[in-house]
Amino acid sequence: MTRGIDRKIADAEQESALPRENGELLFHAPWEARAFGLAVALCERRVYEWREFSATLASRIAAAEKENDPSSYYARWVASLEKLAVEKGLVAREQLAAKTLEYASDSHEDHDHGHA
Amino acid sequence: MSRHSDAVQAESDAALRTRALESLLVEKGLLTTDIIDRVVDRYEKDVGPLNGARVVARAWTDPDYKRRLLENGTAAIAELGFVGKESADIVVLENTSRVHNVIVCTLCSCYPWPVLGLPPGWYKSYAYRSRLVREPRAVLREFDLHLPDSVEARVWDSNSDLRYMVLPERPAGTEDYTEDDLIPLVTRDAMIGVANIESPTT
Repeated sequence: MTRGIDRKIADAEQESALPRENGELLFHAPWEARAFGLAVALCERRVYEWREFSATLASRIAAAEKENDPSSYYARWVASLEKLAVEKGLVAREQLAAKTLEYASDSHEDHDHGHA
Repeated sequence: MSRHSDAVQAESDAALRTRALESLLVEKGLLTTDIIDRVVDRYEKDVGPLNGARVVARAWTDPDYKRRLLENGTAAIAELGFVGKESADIVVLENTSRVHNVIVCTLCSCYPWPVLGLPPGWYKSYAYRSRLVREPRAVLREFDLHLPDSVEARVWDSNSDLRYMVLPERPAGTEDYTEDDLIPLVTRDAMIGVANIESPTT
């Protein structure tokens, strides 16, 4: 057999390996939890159907994998969320860019506050 | 810039963009910080594989429940109080001595949240998503699960409307166990289908 027995998938991306009472640690940075919570909360507010978010995320993942883009799962999640928020008219692309820039310059001025 | 520092930069950009989006949505009155906190809290504390373990243990000890579970997974799971808000149906697949089921989402990361919580990192990996359908036995071997030739491997591709959960085989030596005794034996990986449940007596 050319393919040896190894655990490359099982051991890959053990980002969520820390045990919890009911499951495990789900997010490896606080912003990932916020991004997750935002997406689910908007769905619960009926801003979109979950399948719309899911389809947006799937196409983002497909595009990233095609381009060998090394971005993380939750970076793709946030990009999908931004796209839907703009399409649904919740925020304007320019507003988002301006606010992001504002936070980026804050975090350069004060590193203690840069870690969300 | 190196690929690594590109990736680090992309991560901190994503963090800032998340913060920017949250604060705009809050400013506009579309969400509150509390609502988002509650969602995160729910998935960090209440929703996880213990829910699925209870469903499995109930099915192992109550034949009527098992029949309902296999006929209409969503409804039988809701009987135990586990209800999803993403309006996806859950179909439960029974492992037997001849058929071994395993789940995947080839396009993204669809997963039966109400019973298993959020998926582990490897479930979302390109390797798992792209290889499981093509070579399930080889992938399962990487999880130390060696299926005999007499067992058929069936792969189920989840989507946003339909999610799957595996009902593992009840291990030998548990005939006297109650539902509560059985719950701790049931693992997340067995309900995904990348593991079997070991007999506690061996």
